Amino acid sequence: MNSKLKQIILGLTAATAVIYAGTSQATDITGAGATFPYPVYAKWAEAYKAQSGNEMNYQSIGSGGGIKQILAKTVDFGATDAPMTPEEQEKNGLTQFPTVIGGVVPVINLKEVANGQLKLSSDVLADIYMGKITKWNDPRIAADNKDIKLPSTSIFTVHRADGSGTTFIFTTYLAQVSTEWNSSVGAGKAVSWKGGMGGKGNEGVASFVQRTKGSIGYVEYAYALQNKMNFVQLKNRDGQFVSPTDASFQAAAANAKWDADKGFYEILTNEPGKESWPITGATFILVYKSASNNATATETLKFFDWAYTNGDKMASNLDYVPLPANVVNMIRGSWKKQIKDASGKAIWK
Amino acid sequence: MPMFSFEARLKRQALYDVMFRGLTRISAGAVLILLAAIIVSLIMGSMPAINAFGFGFLTSSEWDPVNDQFGALIPIIGTLVTSAIALLIAIPVSFGIALFLTELSPRVLRRPLGVAIELLAGIPSIIYGMWGLFVFAPLFADYIEPWINDHIGTMAYIGPFFSGPPMGIGILTAGIILAIMVIPFISSVMRDVFDVVPTLLKESAYGLGSTTWEVMWNVVLPYTKVGVAGGIMLGLGRALGETMAVTFVIGNAHELSQSLLMPGNSISSALANEFNEAVGDIYTASLIELGLILFFITFVVLSIARYMLFKLGQREGKAS
Repeated sequence: MNSKLKQIILGLTAATAVIYAGTSQATDITGAGATFPYPVYAKWAEAYKAQSGNEMNYQSIGSGGGIKQILAKTVDFGATDAPMTPEEQEKNGLTQFPTVIGGVVPVINLKEVANGQLKLSSDVLADIYMGKITKWNDPRIAADNKDIKLPSTSIFTVHRADGSGTTFIFTTYLAQVSTEWNSSVGAGKAVSWKGGMGGKGNEGVASFVQRTKGSIGYVEYAYALQNKMNFVQLKNRDGQFVSPTDASFQAAAANAKWDADKGFYEILTNEPGKESWPITGATFILVYKSASNNATATETLKFFDWAYTNGDKMASNLDYVPLPANVVNMIRGSWKKQIKDASGKAIWK
Repeated sequence: MPMFSFEARLKRQALYDVMFRGLTRISAGAVLILLAAIIVSLIMGSMPAINAFGFGFLTSSEWDPVNDQFGALIPIIGTLVTSAIALLIAIPVSFGIALFLTELSPRVLRRPLGVAIELLAGIPSIIYGMWGLFVFAPLFADYIEPWINDHIGTMAYIGPFFSGPPMGIGILTAGIILAIMVIPFISSVMRDVFDVVPTLLKESAYGLGSTTWEVMWNVVLPYTKVGVAGGIMLGLGRALGETMAVTFVIGNAHELSQSLLMPGNSISSALANEFNEAVGDIYTASLIELGLILFFITFVVLSIARYMLFKLGQREGKAS
C-alpha cells in the first residue's frame, strides 16, 4: 500500500514535471525514458546549453515510462533501450533512431581465474542460466578453458530484479543462441528466471556478484569497468573468443544491417564479424513523424545532430560507445525522409 | 445596545461553531473519500489481471512476464513471512528496551537512549537497505549462516527451513533487517505507554513485595496492553509495506523455496522493481493487483488485531 502510493505519487510528479518543463520555453526540449543513457544525455545537454543556450531536459523514468510519455505527447522525444518494432512505430506514427551503443558483460566471482581469462561459449552461458551447468569445473566449461584449473565451486546465477533494457539485451542473446532458452524462458525486460537471485539495478547485480563466491551475473559494460569486475570472454557468431572493449562493440554495430526504413529496429546481439562482441545493444530515441510543433521538433533533431558531431568524446569518457560514422549518416538521411511538418515538408534540411 | 452586541457575538460564535464542525467533518470525510478512491482505482487498475486470472492469481506461483502469466503466491508468502520474522525478533527486544528505559535505566541515561531510538526511527529505509546489503549480508553469509546450517539446519522438522547455500541474502536476512527497522517504532511506543502507568499502581505492587519482572508482567503490561498492541501494529504495518530495504536484501527471486536462507520476493519489492518497466496491460494490472492484495492484507491484519483487543477487553470485565 505504501509503495503503491509511492508509485502513484512518483508517476504524478514525473508527469507534472514533464508537462511543466514542456511548456516553459519554446526552444527548450524535453525527453523522458531509459535510465541507461541518462548520464551521457545529461552531459550532452549541459555542453549543448553552454554552446547554444537551449536547454534539453531529460527525465530518466525508465523505457516503459518514456514510451508512455511520448504516446501521451507530453515530451518532445521518448527514449528506450529496447527498440520499438517497425509495426508499432507505424501504428503510433513514430520514428526511431539509435544514439549510443552499450554492451552487456557477464561477470564472475572466481578468485581462481584471472580477470578476463575465462572463456564461455554461447550455449554454455545459456545452460548456466538454465541451471543445467551447476559447477564451475563442468566438462563443458573446462573444454574451452584447458589452461585454467577450474574449482568445483557451485555456480550461483545473478540477474536483474527490476525490468531493464540490460536484461532485454541479455535474454535476447540467450534466446538467439539457445532454442531451449527461447522456448522455455524467452526474451524480455523481465523474464521468468530459472533460479538464481535478483539484484536491483546494475549496482545490485554487481554487489551480489562481488559478494557471492562462484557467482555469475551480467552488467552494463561501464559498470564492469568502473568496478574492475572479472569479466569473461565470449565466443561470437564467427567462433572467435572476444573480450568486451569499445572496439568489439563498435564492430558489432558496424556489422549490423541497419535499416532506416524500419526505424533502425536492430538488436545488436549475436552479430557476425570476427571482432564483434555478441551481447551488444544500442539505445534509441522516439519522435513523431509529423511534428505538431515545428520549433521543438527541429530543436530535438538539432540537439541530436550536435551530439553526433560533438558528443563522441563525452560518450567515451562515460564508457559508452559512439555509433560508427556510416550509421550516423544514415540517421541524418532518415530524418530528412521521415520527419515532416504539418504541411508535409521535411523539417530537417 | 449591550444586549444587542451580546446577541450578535453569540450568533457569530454559533456560526464559528458550525463552520468549525463543518471543517472537521470535511477533513474526516476526506480520509474516507481518499481511501475509497484508492481502493476503486486499485480495483479498476487491476481489472485486466482479475479478469485474466481470477482467484487463481492468489494461488499461482507463476511469474512469467514474457508469456503474460502471473500469480501472487510467492510475493504474498514473502511479505507475510518476512513480517512475521521481523515481529518475532522485534517484540521481545522492544519490550526489553522499553522496560529498561522506564524501570531500570539510571536517570542520566534515559534521555540520550530515548533520543537515540527516535533517531533510529528517522533513518530513511534505503540506508537500512544499503547497510543490509553491503555490511550485514556479507557478515551474515560468512559467520552466521554457516553456523545456522550446521546447527539448526540439521535439526528434525525445522531443519529444512534453515539450510541452504550461505549467500547472506534471502527471506531471513530481509526479516532481520525489517526487525531492526521496526524496533525503534515499537519500543518508543512501548516506552511512552509504560511511562503513563500511575506510579501509585507500581509502588503498591512493589510495596507488596513484587519483583521488577512481576510488576512489569502483572501490573504494567495489563494496564498498557492496548497501547502495546497498537505499537506492535504500527511496526507490523511498516514491516508489511516496507519497500526499499527489503528489495535490497530479499534476493528478488520469484521462486518458492522451503528454506528461509533462499532468496524470495515480497509484494512491495516486486512492485518497486518491476513497475517502471512493466509493459503491456496484463503485466501492469498484475502489479496493481499485488498492490490491492497488500492493501487487503494490511486491512485484514489490522482488523484481526482490533478484534483481538476487543475480545480481550470483554473477557477482562468478566474475569474480575
